[in-house]
Amino acid sequence: MNKIGLIIRREYMTRIRNKTFLLSTFLLPVMIVILIAGTVFLAIKGRTNHRIAVSDQNGYFRDYLKSDSAIFFDFTPGIDSLNYAEKNCSAVLIIPVLREGQKTIYRLKYKKQLGLANIDDLEKRISSAITDHLIYTKTNITRNRLDSIRAASDIAELQTFSDEGKKSEASSQGLSYGIGYACGFLIYLLTFIYGAAVMRGVMEEKTSRVAEVIVSSVKPFPLMLGKIIGIGAVGLTQFLLWIGLIVTLVMVAQAFIPHDLLVEVNNIQKANAMGNASMAQSSEAARQIFDVKQSLQHANWFLIIGCFIFYFIGGYLFYASLFAAVGSVVNEDPQEAQSLLLPISMPIIFSFIIMSIAAQDPGGSLAVWASMIPFSSPIVMMARIPYGVPTTVPYWQLLLSMALLVGGFLFTVWMAGKIYRTGILLYGKKPTWKTMWKWAFKA
Amino acid sequence: MLEVSHLKKYFTTQKAVDDISFTVEKGTIFGLLGPNGAGKTTLIRMITGIFYPDEGTILLNGKQFNADKDSSRIGYMPEERGLYKKMKIGEQAIYLARLKGLSAPEALKQVREWFVRFEMQSWWNKKIEDLSKGMAQKLQFVTTVLHRPELIILDEPFSGLDPVNANLIKDEIFRLAANGSSIIFSTHRMEQVEEICNQIILLNKGKKILDGTVANVKQEYKENLFRISANPIPAEIPAALFEVLSKNDQTLTIRIKEGHTPNEVLLYFIDRQSNISVFTELLPSLNEIFIKLVEGTSLSRQFQPTQS
Repeated sequence: MNKIGLIIRREYMTRIRNKTFLLSTFLLPVMIVILIAGTVFLAIKGRTNHRIAVSDQNGYFRDYLKSDSAIFFDFTPGIDSLNYAEKNCSAVLIIPVLREGQKTIYRLKYKKQLGLANIDDLEKRISSAITDHLIYTKTNITRNRLDSIRAASDIAELQTFSDEGKKSEASSQGLSYGIGYACGFLIYLLTFIYGAAVMRGVMEEKTSRVAEVIVSSVKPFPLMLGKIIGIGAVGLTQFLLWIGLIVTLVMVAQAFIPHDLLVEVNNIQKANAMGNASMAQSSEAARQIFDVKQSLQHANWFLIIGCFIFYFIGGYLFYASLFAAVGSVVNEDPQEAQSLLLPISMPIIFSFIIMSIAAQDPGGSLAVWASMIPFSSPIVMMARIPYGVPTTVPYWQLLLSMALLVGGFLFTVWMAGKIYRTGILLYGKKPTWKTMWKWAFKA
Repeated sequence: MLEVSHLKKYFTTQKAVDDISFTVEKGTIFGLLGPNGAGKTTLIRMITGIFYPDEGTILLNGKQFNADKDSSRIGYMPEERGLYKKMKIGEQAIYLARLKGLSAPEALKQVREWFVRFEMQSWWNKKIEDLSKGMAQKLQFVTTVLHRPELIILDEPFSGLDPVNANLIKDEIFRLAANGSSIIFSTHRMEQVEEICNQIILLNKGKKILDGTVANVKQEYKENLFRISANPIPAEIPAALFEVLSKNDQTLTIRIKEGHTPNEVLLYFIDRQSNISVFTELLPSLNEIFIKLVEGTSLSRQFQPTQS
């Protein structure tokens, strides 16, 4: 059909040539990077050094509580809950005599909140100090001996593998979670951005009354479909540009890694391939780069990107047609759109919430069910796929989910087409749900 | 060229178009008249293929009208003008022409030609939002006729145009009709109808209440009114022959009674040695006919159930 091609081309070209498209394509990744970097920076910078005065009646904590960059323990004699603030301490720890066989309460008084993480940390330090003290007093082991045993015990490392029958793939839970969450989030974002763009496009045609002119040349259905496909193509273009941008950035970043470090990374790689996991000689930086490289290589990028494109298109078609139907029934007043948008945005937002659960527990029944239902499957399934197909997501689940999504969007497009056909030429009162239902299923 | 028979379109609250038939010949300018809400827009939307009729047939050149195939034969300028505000004018005109089935080079050629004819060449890279209302109107007209449609439907084409541009459009309408296009012209402005249209129909409440050429309609609705200027005016008026409606110095407006002819009136004056300087028939204006026919029916259409 020649005319639908013309419509798609117009929708695509007018948007691609728009400055906001270029701006959003290149600024959004930059903004995300700045956001992440900023949070990390603030988290590091914002970590305060706590000085905690210790009033210990047992006398041995001084030997076991070690000060470090996070917490400084002040054992100045005579410090107590009355004068700790004058000594520049933010809190005071009062440890009464601890007796074996009973629980004794020790207290922390503070002027400034330590924060949950620090309290946790503090508790652990105290209990390991008690353990250490008991080990020394109850056994003959020396402190140096225990320390060296501790250091020597760091010889095992867990690596997880997903079982795929013949071969086992090394997997990284953290990375799968990260990729899954990012994919789900991106689909959520793109569905909203481009769904809203479809709605605005339809409203523009309706309020500027160009719809009647166009509809006298083209049937409403191809007009709606052309708009949805054209705008979807813009979204896909943007996604592909982002991939290109990321690949380029990674390559550029690699060029900044010093050469000897890269050699070291390669050595680890070789050693690892021979089954020798010893990394004792390599530096910390090299090991980290190796880890990232290793796990990035383990992710099945073709599958992830392929599925992403499928679920993006499917989810987009599913929701964009609903957005188009809403756009066709509202008039000049954007307020009207609000109430009609609610039933469309609620499932998207719910899917997002389910997605953040599914990214952590991809095999849970909530995740499985939500990745089948077309309302939520595009967002939720993308959080599960990085964990592995067919291990975490069996083939039947993937295929069923895809089939249901295709069926789902065919249905919404068909239904939206019916509402759109009538709504686009109707001015005046906003139709009720009941009349829209009639347009969709009775006409 | 266009043959509409027994067309019906019922909405839930109204019989928008209720059994309307008419024929538009090739090359005629056809006036579609009617008060607000008479069903004109619905009728036009059925002819342009936007709505399907509930009943009745539309024949185009003797063949059943098919909205998909025949959209290129029709040019429609709706009353509520609409163009893409953010799109460049040249591109927009080409886009609309191509939607009507013109090839890209053909569309470009036609747009160039029309832009030159209407002196709009400098607008090419402007956007609609930069144009005045009258300029947008001209552009809308151009986009309507670009693809050389056989049937052109214009809904209030002159609203918002200054007299110079209105004349420009009017001349184009005549030229297009002379070249064989049929034009359906929908308006409330009766003086334009008298000036432009060959044939008219009048709709009211979804029904056709008048059909014919402008001259025929006037003849049909004439009320035997004449103006006569004579000196001296006879003192005695024969009430059986005619009645005087108004008198102004030497000029009378009279209505000749049923069964009598103008010649009898003239003879009466001549017999009384009256010198007649003017004797003319007063035909009603379309405006008067329109008001007479539509008046008395309630001004705005009432909502009523279609099933009784």
